[in-house]
Amino acid sequence: MFDAIDQPRAQDGRAPDVFRPGAWVQMRCYDDSEQVDFAIVGTGAGGGTLAAKLAEAGFSVVAFDAGPFWRPLEDFASDEAAQGDLYWTDERISGGADPIQLGSNNSGRGVGGSTVHYTMIALRWRPDWFKSRSKLGYGRDWPLSFEELEPYYEEAEESLKISGPVRYPWGKRRKRYPYREHPVNASGLVLARGCERIGIDWSPLPLATLSAPRGMAHPCVYRGFCKYGCSTNAKQSVLVTFVPRAIAAGAEIRDLAMVGRIEMGKDGRATGVSYNRRGKWRQQKARHVVVAGYAIETPRLLLNSACPEFPDGLANDNGLVGTHLMTHSGPGVWGVLDEEIRSYKAPPCMAGTEHWNYSDEGKDFHGGYAFMSQGPLPTDWAQTLAARGLWGAALRQEMTRYNHTAGLVLVGETEPQAHNRVELADEKDQYGLRIPRVTFSYSENDRRLIEHGRKSMHQVLAAGGAHQLWDTHDTSHLMGGCRMGDDPKDSVVDADGRTWAIPNLWVCDGSLFPNSGGVNPSLTIQALACRIGDRIAEMAKRGELDR
Amino acid sequence: MSGFKTPYPDYDVLKKWDTPSWNEQTRAVIKRRLDEIPERRFLSEDEWTLLEAIAARLMPQPEREAPVPIVPWIDEKLAEDRRPGYRYVGMPPMREAWRQGLAGIAGEARERHGTDFRDLEPDAQDALLGAVQRGEIDGRQWGDLPADRFFSELLLKEIVAVYYSHPAAWSEIGFGGPASPRGYVRLGLDERDPWEAEEQHV
Repeated sequence: MFDAIDQPRAQDGRAPDVFRPGAWVQMRCYDDSEQVDFAIVGTGAGGGTLAAKLAEAGFSVVAFDAGPFWRPLEDFASDEAAQGDLYWTDERISGGADPIQLGSNNSGRGVGGSTVHYTMIALRWRPDWFKSRSKLGYGRDWPLSFEELEPYYEEAEESLKISGPVRYPWGKRRKRYPYREHPVNASGLVLARGCERIGIDWSPLPLATLSAPRGMAHPCVYRGFCKYGCSTNAKQSVLVTFVPRAIAAGAEIRDLAMVGRIEMGKDGRATGVSYNRRGKWRQQKARHVVVAGYAIETPRLLLNSACPEFPDGLANDNGLVGTHLMTHSGPGVWGVLDEEIRSYKAPPCMAGTEHWNYSDEGKDFHGGYAFMSQGPLPTDWAQTLAARGLWGAALRQEMTRYNHTAGLVLVGETEPQAHNRVELADEKDQYGLRIPRVTFSYSENDRRLIEHGRKSMHQVLAAGGAHQLWDTHDTSHLMGGCRMGDDPKDSVVDADGRTWAIPNLWVCDGSLFPNSGGVNPSLTIQALACRIGDRIAEMAKRGELDR
Repeated sequence: MSGFKTPYPDYDVLKKWDTPSWNEQTRAVIKRRLDEIPERRFLSEDEWTLLEAIAARLMPQPEREAPVPIVPWIDEKLAEDRRPGYRYVGMPPMREAWRQGLAGIAGEARERHGTDFRDLEPDAQDALLGAVQRGEIDGRQWGDLPADRFFSELLLKEIVAVYYSHPAAWSEIGFGGPASPRGYVRLGLDERDPWEAEEQHV
């Protein structure tokens, strides 16, 4: 797998075939001097999805990723330690009262982005969250409604062949998931038993891993290494879904290509991007630039692209770029069961409850949360025990109860707060670019939500048969930083992801989110990308694109 | 640690090497982990032996004739400067943090006991490491490094990660290990595939 890190694979008219070891597919390539319709920075849930949509709509597209272009079947070993190359590990400084651990759990580096190692949970937003200020009295309204995004949720689910239950208990009534649900593993059954005993709903989670064959990909074999790369292609990451579609439709994917700057013309429009590939800085000309680097790299690139016309960074006249960064609070509760759990088998999160996302009764806080069953692998689990303070003989002995352990982890909504943000530090990275400094502190409301979630999880896990419960704390996901809105004064982009300040500069990733919801964000990012793709095509037809 | 007991005394994950649970890619990675132990490149000889003494307390393996190597892999990571993707405000970059942290523990031992950490009795070593974990340290030995953060974020985290990346560690906890392409079939409570570890009930 090391050649993918040292040498670009996608070049000279071909790209790796993700479905066949050692094989290639044809790929259209563009010269730097050729002005393409869209240069997209990032190929994850936002950028990779949008690249396919735009290429299929007939636009010329070059999509850049700072990381490698993997072939899952030949590159991914079944080993935690060997999979560290899937993460964004360039230096970042993390501060605030509750500094976020960055790197492995909330970043991706490589074509397909973090969907290459995500846990595949594919949930829709609670419809009210799109209007949380007007309907629920907290947070911020989105500039679009659930109804506007609904067809795109369906499109994203269809594109990923989501395997889900016949009836999902929460949200607006929906048609069946494309593929049938997976059997729930033991750690999921503990959650199920606990929920049933205390009288709340639970459900097998809709997952982006195949429960039946799809093209050249086999169904999931339940090997359990889903937080790392999937070696069988059952996982429907962007790498094996939208990226092959994008290439087939004429898009070029440029791997190991780090975009360091968006180039601006004297007329206040973007002219393309500067990127570093094989140690050389080059420039790609483009009519439009889309930034899709996720909630840290997207603001960082806009800020690092400051120029005389935009001294505070691009699209940042109101000072909002990088602000209102959110994460999901992730308190965990763990315990020991008499039965064997062996949670290393099958996807780590197979069952969950959104009860407290949809029921607001008796809450002493705004917002919601879900929690899911878990399946940590040994080093992950050992580090969790170490974070609990265990070491030495005590840690080694505790690890022998691995197969009898089960736990629950929250996906807890956090409020958008201006002081939680991404800024530039003075320190520079290997490309000579200023590195990001991330600041995060929970609000009082966030803390009340966490406490409530903790109590609920204790209740469910104990009812599920676990004893000797104990707590952990972590976070997951990142959202916000370039929020969308109706008003140029208090948002960075409009409902189509177009920046208010620069008409040919767009954002398409999790940084768009005005609030964080209480579920995993990837499906919503992909639904937004599908919608933005359609909107751009419509605007082009009406002659509104190059305004 | 004479008291250590595993419920899986007869299980050896490496026996699956040639079964459908292991593929070529995984065998290559694990073969290197077993056979190609890296030489010292980053740490000084003094830092290396100090870290060995610390690792022997944080991840003790007294019953093994050949303990799972830990320090070589940390040294390799430092030599290649493979960072975790963030550092907290107040922490220096990874390499400096390790240098300062090891110097801090060495200084702490001299200050408290007038001797080298490596020459302390295990109980005294444990007590000292516990104090570092809690941040109860002599500030002069550590410069501006937050000792408790160094202990939990780097030292302990890396040592346990290296240990539990080794097949011997997988065997003693009954982990199924690599599982591609075969995966698993029986997923429910108290269900076990024939190629999984069998627990010995004592």
